[in-house]
Amino acid sequence: MRKWVLPLSVLLSFNVMAETPAEKGLTIAIKADKADTGWQDMQSEMTMILRNRRGDETTRQIHNRQLEVMGDGDKALSIFDSPNDVKGTAFLSHTHSKEADDQWLYLPALKRVKRIASNNKSGPFMGSEFAYEDITSQEVDKYTYKWLRDEKLDGQETHVLERYPTYKHSGYTKQVVWVDKEKLQALKIDFYDRKGKLLKTLTAHGYQQYNSKYWRPEKMEMVNHVTSKSTTLNWSNYKFNNGFSDRDFDKNTLKRSR
Amino acid sequence: MATISSSAYFSDAKNCLLVLLLITGLVTKGYAADLSGYTTVEYQRFVHRALYPQQPRENFSGAAQLSFVQKWDNGQQVFAFVPFVRLDQHDKQRTHGDIRELTWLRAENNWELRLGIRKVYWGVTESQHLVDIINQTDLVESPDGEEKLGQPLANLALIGDWGTVDIFVIPYFRERTFPGTKGRIRTPLPVDNNQALYTSDDKQRHIDYALRWSHYIGDLDIGLAFFDGTNRDPGFISNGTTLIPVYDQIQQWGLDLQATKGSWLWKLEAIRRSGSTPGSAYNATTSGFEYSFYGVLGNSDLGLVMEHLYDSRGIYAPTPFQDDLMLGMRWAMNDEQNTEALVGVIADLASKGGVYSLEASRRLGENWKVNLEARFYQPKKASDPLIIYGSEDYAQLEISYYF
Repeated sequence: MRKWVLPLSVLLSFNVMAETPAEKGLTIAIKADKADTGWQDMQSEMTMILRNRRGDETTRQIHNRQLEVMGDGDKALSIFDSPNDVKGTAFLSHTHSKEADDQWLYLPALKRVKRIASNNKSGPFMGSEFAYEDITSQEVDKYTYKWLRDEKLDGQETHVLERYPTYKHSGYTKQVVWVDKEKLQALKIDFYDRKGKLLKTLTAHGYQQYNSKYWRPEKMEMVNHVTSKSTTLNWSNYKFNNGFSDRDFDKNTLKRSR
Repeated sequence: MATISSSAYFSDAKNCLLVLLLITGLVTKGYAADLSGYTTVEYQRFVHRALYPQQPRENFSGAAQLSFVQKWDNGQQVFAFVPFVRLDQHDKQRTHGDIRELTWLRAENNWELRLGIRKVYWGVTESQHLVDIINQTDLVESPDGEEKLGQPLANLALIGDWGTVDIFVIPYFRERTFPGTKGRIRTPLPVDNNQALYTSDDKQRHIDYALRWSHYIGDLDIGLAFFDGTNRDPGFISNGTTLIPVYDQIQQWGLDLQATKGSWLWKLEAIRRSGSTPGSAYNATTSGFEYSFYGVLGNSDLGLVMEHLYDSRGIYAPTPFQDDLMLGMRWAMNDEQNTEALVGVIADLASKGGVYSLEASRRLGENWKVNLEARFYQPKKASDPLIIYGSEDYAQLEISYYF
């Protein structure tokens, strides 16, 4: 049995022999998801550079740990190293493909672990141009799909898909994704806001392969077309197979994660 | 001196200054990797003239905290040392130092052991923290009681599918800090810690125990705790010129619950506390919710908090919050400067008297932060325990440098 729920449009299209754009879109999404399955766990460091309209920059450092969960969303722990006033603040999330995610925040000054509402995914992450939903685990079920065309983007062969968030609190009505045909990773995403207007564009650069299978970008660039602000994420020190378990993503670990 | 005062840690301003200089020295030497902390300057201005001649109308104060953290064994062992000092322009009792943390931790798959001085937080509500009992309140730091003194303890956590069981053995008691004669927001008679009385013959050496089970099931986070030891909240007796804190022995059961349902956080804290005096047992609860609106006026989050504060002792409760309602509004701009504001009131449902508060903060550049705080005490009845703070309304500006 397939784990994912087929959208109604796909079920209906079984009547016709040819693959509909919706079917083709879903097939590509599933293929991309499969290609990135089995990495088990990973850690990485991230430098976030926020740029305002005038080009002034502020920088923050975060380190991340992730655990792949088969049949559900992944678990992630992010620890803020800077700015200094929030150093040691940590964010734990257990994402789910069906129900709402579980999220906890650790506030080091108070030594307090706070369970937080998880339906604010459209909100900005750390004052950046990235929303929570842009950086959390991308499960197949979180969208429905439509294949638009295949085209070259900066010399790379890509599938161009539209995807529509199934999540009702999403800040987007649709996203247009350029998926690298070979790496099966997104090279570019256009985000359309709740009114259907182009809001942001994400581009990913410098994909490197790890464990001869998993592609990870060195850099992500998010540009907000409405505010002219932008955010760059520079990724480094990706490490796979750290032997993480559920225990490394529980509330006890969150409390001592600084 | 009969009792060892906790403020003997750093007895005078000179020692504090020494520690401050030491911190500054270490920082400028640049042990960046494992060292962080902050220094802060605070200016307080009181709305009304002081009730007592020694008390100032305005006050300057400075504080510093250093945090040295060393991890090894793949993060499974951690050593932390966090000293804190404050210098106050007027109040000698507020000029004090404390070791917030001096602790070693070892974590294994199904247990964690912590030895040393540290801070433990239990609970879910915002207006008051009933179940949170391990650490003593560092009251001179803030009249809201949110600041805590470091507590020496041993803590073994057992971790399984059934949740976490924490066992605490607490070998030494910390006395609450109180403002001195020149401090504001104090009792009419100043509190003299040097004369503190204990119902246990072991006094500060009494060994306290605590046990807590905590877990989460789906969208429910739960904690159940038992504490047996010296009451962190003192009673008082008066000798005519000063108030003498009296620390009795208590047993306390505590329950904290939070259900996270979409934008709603439903919260409950409940305690049952019994002491050595027959008939002194009582119950207290804080219950309520927090509801958040997201993406308000651009990217802001707006949280509404409502909590009911209850104490079964009614008008005999030493706390002003025996049947009170807390209403609060939290505003987070989600901007790169992390601008936040919190306004709230805790009002007595019968007398309508209450405490109004405002807190706002914003980062400046990368390393600076500015905090604004104001509190207004509005007692409406002579019997309201808040009556003694009736002329202590204040506003406070704090500028901090984080490194």
